Amino acid sequence: MEPSKLIQEYFRDANLPHIWCPGCSHGIVTRAITKAIDELGMDKDNTVIVSGIGCSSRAPGYMAFNTVHTTHGRAIAFATGIKMSKPELDVIVITGDGDASAIGGNHLIHAARRNIDLTVIVFNNNIYGMTGGQYSPTTPTDAFGTTAPYGNIDQPFDILKLAEGAGATYTARGTAYHTKQLISYISKAIKHKGFSIVDAISVCPTYYGRRNKSGSGVQMMVWLKDNYVDVKVYDKLPEEKRAGKFVYGEFYEQERPEYTAEYQKIIDRLRGEV
Amino acid sequence: MSNKITLMQGNEACVQGALYAGYRFYAGYPITPSTEIAELSATELPKVGGKFIQMEDEIGGIAAAIGASIAGTKSMTATSGPGFSLKQENIGYAAMAQIPLVIVNVMRGGPSTGLPTQSAQADIMQAKYGSHGDYPMIALSPMSVRETFDLTVRCFNLAEKYRTPVMLMTDEVIGHLRERVVVPEPGELEIINRTTSEAGVLRPRPYEKQPGEIVPAMSVFGDGNRAHTTGLFYNETGFPSNSTDNAKIMLERIFNKVYDNVDDIVQVEEFELDDAEIAFVTFGSTSRVVKAAVKALRAEGIKAGMLRAITIWPSPEKQIRELAQKVDHIIVAEQNMGQYVREVQRIVEGQARVQHYGRGNGDLIKPQELVALVKEVEHGTK
Amino acid sequence: MKQLELRLTGSGGQGVIMLGVILAEAAIKKGHFAIQSQSYGPEARGGASKCEVIIGSETIDYPKVQQPTLLLALTQIAADKYAQNLPQDAVLIIDDSIELINDPGTENIYRLPILVTARDVVRKELTANIVSLAAINQILGLFSKEELLEAVLQRVPKGTEILNQRAVEAGIELVQNHVG
Repeated sequence: MEPSKLIQEYFRDANLPHIWCPGCSHGIVTRAITKAIDELGMDKDNTVIVSGIGCSSRAPGYMAFNTVHTTHGRAIAFATGIKMSKPELDVIVITGDGDASAIGGNHLIHAARRNIDLTVIVFNNNIYGMTGGQYSPTTPTDAFGTTAPYGNIDQPFDILKLAEGAGATYTARGTAYHTKQLISYISKAIKHKGFSIVDAISVCPTYYGRRNKSGSGVQMMVWLKDNYVDVKVYDKLPEEKRAGKFVYGEFYEQERPEYTAEYQKIIDRLRGEV
Repeated sequence: MSNKITLMQGNEACVQGALYAGYRFYAGYPITPSTEIAELSATELPKVGGKFIQMEDEIGGIAAAIGASIAGTKSMTATSGPGFSLKQENIGYAAMAQIPLVIVNVMRGGPSTGLPTQSAQADIMQAKYGSHGDYPMIALSPMSVRETFDLTVRCFNLAEKYRTPVMLMTDEVIGHLRERVVVPEPGELEIINRTTSEAGVLRPRPYEKQPGEIVPAMSVFGDGNRAHTTGLFYNETGFPSNSTDNAKIMLERIFNKVYDNVDDIVQVEEFELDDAEIAFVTFGSTSRVVKAAVKALRAEGIKAGMLRAITIWPSPEKQIRELAQKVDHIIVAEQNMGQYVREVQRIVEGQARVQHYGRGNGDLIKPQELVALVKEVEHGTK
Repeated sequence: MKQLELRLTGSGGQGVIMLGVILAEAAIKKGHFAIQSQSYGPEARGGASKCEVIIGSETIDYPKVQQPTLLLALTQIAADKYAQNLPQDAVLIIDDSIELINDPGTENIYRLPILVTARDVVRKELTANIVSLAAINQILGLFSKEELLEAVLQRVPKGTEILNQRAVEAGIELVQNHVG
């Protein structure tokens, strides 16, 4: 079978097949990013993909752009240096829930605070997959992980509320099931001038699913379909129908001075160019 | 044209040297006694179109600096004490991924928070061995303010030439010392810029060394190379490989590019060694103490000399070995409880007696102490 | 020229570090070698403050003062700490508000009303460092008045030139009027 146009254009097909497990939805999220890039007509040479460490962070190796696979938790900090030194580059960060909100939580909130023009896509599967299923900061309370054998007593982060509170100027959540919406959020996030973040809900049947009896990858995708509701619909639901539902959609959008542009103003002022 | 002569502080000389070398990016986190490097970078970089960013922590500081370098910009980060520990993981990343970067450590007393405002030279082994795994390190150590300028330039040159992180290991004494400096004119010192790959060409094997190259030319983001950078072992394509055969080749490459070129990288100063019967091996600020002691000893007719490692890593093995042939007794003077002495002992292999003199309590060794020590050695009491 | 080792002490905020920097800059301008260092950290913020300057005709190896040629103490705390065991021929300059509790080791003592002069004559307490600088120079005869003024004006904030010039004059007068 001939690979799809998207794969031929935006993937390093020599590096495929990818390392992800059967049923893992990271491939869907990765495809959604390239689809958004395709729709936006972005220049591949001008696009940078930066990742940290974890299952999600292997994605850039398959993507035909300028790509960097950094250290655990530090993707946003590396990306900050790349964007600061060359603001003309479009910089997208691919990170996981643990990478972004545990070990890399400090970089996440401070990049959001600065409103630096990065687009962060969190491949959020509620678990540390690469190391074999330990609970992450987005693992729901009472769920199981190899390090939460008696049920998780932690309260999970809502990464988007965290980012919004820290100063992010575009936040949205999509799921690996609701791909059309996910692509449109990623597209808007990339176009957005400022710190944007998309929480992309992904499924991990191998580690999260097995431990939590969530079934196969397909069954977990069906679960996403049945339990995630568009925020616009959710807002109109009566209270009793909201119970147990999760929301996707766009949550926050705001224009605020962007960091690299503000820094450029300092340079221009000092060099007498304004 | 005559050179400008000015009173300059060590940390300021580091920034002026970096600017001279063409650096355009600084990311870091404030920490005593290195902070002036951040402050002056914040002031000066935007004037030349460069960028400064104060990151949220030490790790973010080095990560952003590496990011900027990957994007094609000469970049630097500076730190001290605890900050040096925090940066270690990403120092290993830069070594593995072969990213040019200058890391400045203005050493202070430790461990832990230690003596934030006082000097030490106790991060010498950490400079070489601080990150996990096997990797080579280039580290230079200045003894004066002017040399801080020169060696900062050289750090950038070596980083670009060998595609590797390079450390400037200075300390509180030199970092905060104000001293008469004859400022180099543009063109006076050599500047090495990055060898980059041809723009607009997709490179299937960006880590394949071309004939005549010491290291493969680097891809620049935005230039159409669309290369991949990773901290995993990678092969010549730049993509991960967990083959043990490949890992062996790549490890040897990152080691050999440094160790095959020690004659280019290693610099020492020899002072009064020609007829010396007893010699000091030292580096950085302690060299000033040793020099004063050697002069005092010579004034009394005692044939003492000094070998100063300007490049501390890789260590000047050849020069130290030659020294051991010449003198019977070597005193390694350093502001710590005994670090570089281990390296000297390793090299000397018992060919001369090697003794440590130093302490890490922030109190700079006094020349008289060294004079007294040499006299005791001469009289056979030590 | 014999190497001069100057130790300048007071409390944080009195400007002894600036005083040292100006001295070192003036020395360099005159073709000498000079270095300046300071106690650093919490001490520089209100506690005892120490600044050291070494001036010589050759490269200066050891960067710390060991045998002070001159000690300036502007506060009691600084004098208590540093005005002892000085070399016999060392110059000791203390503000006249200070009581020497230790034997300084030298009899070459200048007890000068530096702080009062800055406050009442120059009319700016912050100029005590410049008054001291001029006094030091008058005693050691390092620089001409013009050389000293040039070094001062290069460092002080714009708009304070006349004030600092007055401080230099006042410092010179203090030594001229000093009765040993």
